[in-house]
Amino acid sequence: MEPLLTQTAERPVRANRTDEPVIVFRNVWLAFDDHVVLRNVSFTLLPGRLKVFLGASGAGKSTILRIILGLLRPDDGEVYVLGHRVDQMSESDLMAVRAHLGMVFQEGALFDSLTVGENVGYRLYEELRVPPDEADARVAEVLGFVGMADYIDRMPAELSGGQRRRVAIARAMITRPRILLYDEPTTGLDPITALTVDDEIIKLRDLEGVSSILVTHQLRDAFYIAEHEAVQTGDRVRFRPVSPERAGNTEFLMLKEGEVAFEGTADELRRTSDPYLRAFLS
Amino acid sequence: MIAPVEWIKSALLEVQEYLRLTGQVARGTVSRPFYVRDLVMQLELIGIGSLTVVVLTGVFTGMVLALQTGLTLDQFGARSVVGRLVSASMVRELGPVLTALMVTGRVGSGIAAEIGSMVVTDQVAALRSLGTDPIRKLVVPRVLAGTIMVPILTVIANGVGMLGGLVISVTQLRVAGSVYWSNVVQGLFMPDIWMGLTKPVIFGFALVSIGCHVGLRTRGGTQGVGRSTTNSVVAASVAILVLDFLITKLLMSLLY
Ligand SMILES: Nc1ncnc2c1ncn2[C@@H]1O[C@H](COP(=O)(O)OP(=O)(O)O)[C@@H](O)[C@H]1O
Ligand SMILES: [Mg+2]
Repeated sequence: MEPLLTQTAERPVRANRTDEPVIVFRNVWLAFDDHVVLRNVSFTLLPGRLKVFLGASGAGKSTILRIILGLLRPDDGEVYVLGHRVDQMSESDLMAVRAHLGMVFQEGALFDSLTVGENVGYRLYEELRVPPDEADARVAEVLGFVGMADYIDRMPAELSGGQRRRVAIARAMITRPRILLYDEPTTGLDPITALTVDDEIIKLRDLEGVSSILVTHQLRDAFYIAEHEAVQTGDRVRFRPVSPERAGNTEFLMLKEGEVAFEGTADELRRTSDPYLRAFLS
Repeated sequence: MIAPVEWIKSALLEVQEYLRLTGQVARGTVSRPFYVRDLVMQLELIGIGSLTVVVLTGVFTGMVLALQTGLTLDQFGARSVVGRLVSASMVRELGPVLTALMVTGRVGSGIAAEIGSMVVTDQVAALRSLGTDPIRKLVVPRVLAGTIMVPILTVIANGVGMLGGLVISVTQLRVAGSVYWSNVVQGLFMPDIWMGLTKPVIFGFALVSIGCHVGLRTRGGTQGVGRSTTNSVVAASVAILVLDFLITKLLMSLLY
């Protein structure tokens, strides 16, 4: 495989962006014992786009994210991440692909024994062995981006749910990965706090050009993210209703009992007449 | 009730997974990346953390050994050789076994609980997603620290055990301290020392690797963590007693 490993903290973000898909699922099947979780799932994520995965709990959404990361292997089908086939890759080759992926786990999955700063800088301190000053500066920058700069020395146990999610986002984005995966980042948060998390996701999509998959069953947040965009003027970031030419950057995909039941834009989803989708939307 | 065939199958699967883990640990020990800071932290945690309980175990075991053997030796009028029996039993059997059992309760259970809760809260998956092999980061430092510290703790337990025996010999049995000590030294032969040092190395490796294995296989939320903690103590304790028998048998045929 081509060298994916040549990655440092200051690797240019948008270097060599093409319209090659960043993630491809082709006829993916997965069962745990005799419980079939994914049935013939296919989809494509293009660079710079955001795909929102909807579906009842147990529909297989987290499972798809785990397959993308190579934490789980499908029983059948093909999975490509940045052009590399990950479903048959060895664990050591997977490490190289994971360098380009950031994952925000359900509930955050922050390391209990490390401070906020150590959690966020984990990749720089422990894996890439970036010089400490450089790493500290990047940690401060990223914590500032998610509005958590004052919490750098706190322990995760001292944070609220929303703060934990934002730290988890900061940890996932530390090395400027090309793909971010969010697993229910707003579940269990109050609507106001949820909006602060939604804004981070919009900023990463619109200002950093990250390709992302968002798993959620909070429709409010999903539509807010799909129908808003972030624009930067100087140091200030504003959020406004999305312009028509950028509206297509966010797409919805509905999973129903392990199958893709719908794929389309926010507008198409709002206008759907499918009874299952209508029930889910109401 | 689980059918016996199913039970045997799942037990074999468990053993297979455990052996796979020990293979990965071996590879993680001899190749990079190696997490030195985690090793240092675990050495301290296991060593310092278990010191009090190991010293207490050693002292009281030595004292009770002196009392009991003193009583038996009186029947032969051989009370003065009490030191010989205390040192031989401490070094060959009780020191290694009791230290390992105490460390299992103190540290093995903690390791299973810690790794288990990292599994159920996705922290282990998060490690992998951040490019870290959890075996190298979590298991290798703990197993190495256990394999190094349990022998050291055992030597300490043996030492304070002999001191405990001394106190009882002098105060209760009226055996002179110098007589006690010369018997302690006479009671120890090279093979005893080899046996006394081989056992804790193997016990330390076994109890920590079992704790890690059970922790990594935790399923089912907080309840699962509780189950893993208990299981790790039971499995490691039984393993220590079985290994003790096997090592004794093997070394006796090799060394004596
Ligand atoms: N490790 C596992 N072992 C057995 N079943 C699992 C495992 N992980 C997930 N499942 C099952 O797979 C289904 C999909 O899980 P998941 O992808 O987590 O759903 P969700 O859409 O809520 O994220 C669920 O029914 C779950 O019980
Ligand atoms: Mg889920």
